[in-house]
Amino acid sequence: MSFSRKAAYSFAVPLLVALALAAMPHPAIAHVEQGQATGFLTGLKHPWSGLDHVLAMIAVGLWGAQLGNPALWLLPVTFPMMMSLGAVMGLIGMGLPGVEVGIALSSLLLGGMVMGEVRPKLAVAVLLVGFFAVFHGHAHGTELPPGQSGLLYSMGFVIATGCLHGMGIGIGLVHRWPAGRLALRGAGAFIAGMGLFFLARALT
Amino acid sequence: MTIRSNVAWGTGLALCVGTLLRPSDAAAHLVTTGMGPVYDGIGHLLLTPEDLVPVLALALFAGLRGATQGRRAMFLLPVAWLAGGLLGLRVTAAPVFPVPALSFLILGALLAADVQLPANGVAAVAVVLGLVHGVLNGAALRQGAGGFGLLGIMAALFVLLALASAFVVSLERPWTRIAVRVAGSWIAASGLLLLGWAFRG
Repeated sequence: MSFSRKAAYSFAVPLLVALALAAMPHPAIAHVEQGQATGFLTGLKHPWSGLDHVLAMIAVGLWGAQLGNPALWLLPVTFPMMMSLGAVMGLIGMGLPGVEVGIALSSLLLGGMVMGEVRPKLAVAVLLVGFFAVFHGHAHGTELPPGQSGLLYSMGFVIATGCLHGMGIGIGLVHRWPAGRLALRGAGAFIAGMGLFFLARALT
Repeated sequence: MTIRSNVAWGTGLALCVGTLLRPSDAAAHLVTTGMGPVYDGIGHLLLTPEDLVPVLALALFAGLRGATQGRRAMFLLPVAWLAGGLLGLRVTAAPVFPVPALSFLILGALLAADVQLPANGVAAVAVVLGLVHGVLNGAALRQGAGGFGLLGIMAALFVLLALASAFVVSLERPWTRIAVRVAGSWIAASGLLLLGWAFRG
């Protein structure tokens, strides 16, 4: 079971490196333009701005921790990539019907997977996570305040998302104990329940 | 590496450089440290994520591919960057495409997928990256640090590549290599988003 601890480090290390690198450009030294660092902070804060996003992203980490290697890292790699794709769709003006319903369903289904400790084939799990990531990206990847750096916003947005997955994986480490497994399934039930609430809200 | 694949790489390289650059006004993007042009160059690289992140991605990728590839990239990238920079100091060039977004996307994807390129693949990627970003840097530095700035950038590139790729070469446990690849996926995802901003409808 030592792999799980190592896996947690495997997310912590790139996260810290990326954070350190991304935090380097200081507006006073780096560029004449203003708002560069704020762009990064805006991006970093954005994925945390709605509980529906936070819960779905943590659920991805929890599910990965339950499934073990290689889903452990493949799911959290898939999500930011597909989320960016969703954001690009939003940016170039491609509509996506039922975004809020899709986001609510993502909490419901991913929470359900964690609750039932469902073990589908890897490709199915990746497809499911990737599919819902598009909705999350479409809804929130495009909200850059004017005058801020698009690059740093994008990096902050992706890093924060990865961080949320990392939190899910970190919490998922309790999977090694029987009581922890039960707790994880309970957390999944909570996320699925919240998904139902989001769905009801989206549909009314 | 066969002659055919050499030709393929060469053609690809020429196409990349050719399509990415076209004569136009340069967008200046300068860092002034107050310690002279060499330091301005170093500062420019270290404080410009558009250049720094693709370079780090290349370093990590070269490291994943082994010490030999890392060494080649370490020497080729600064030289290609200087060559591109000297060119950029003379011709006005502005990219048709958002170069940083493409660099993020391509290098991030190579790193995330841990692609097994042909023998000189990493070297070719390093040369293309160096030439393209070098030309843009050269055009930007013309009104500031100039040729000495390029020397500073070269030195910083060499040190960065040596440190980062050697770090990855030294990684032995499988999960540490996966961590590097996860970082690549984040870079690629950022690049994809950046591409979206560039083509915003």
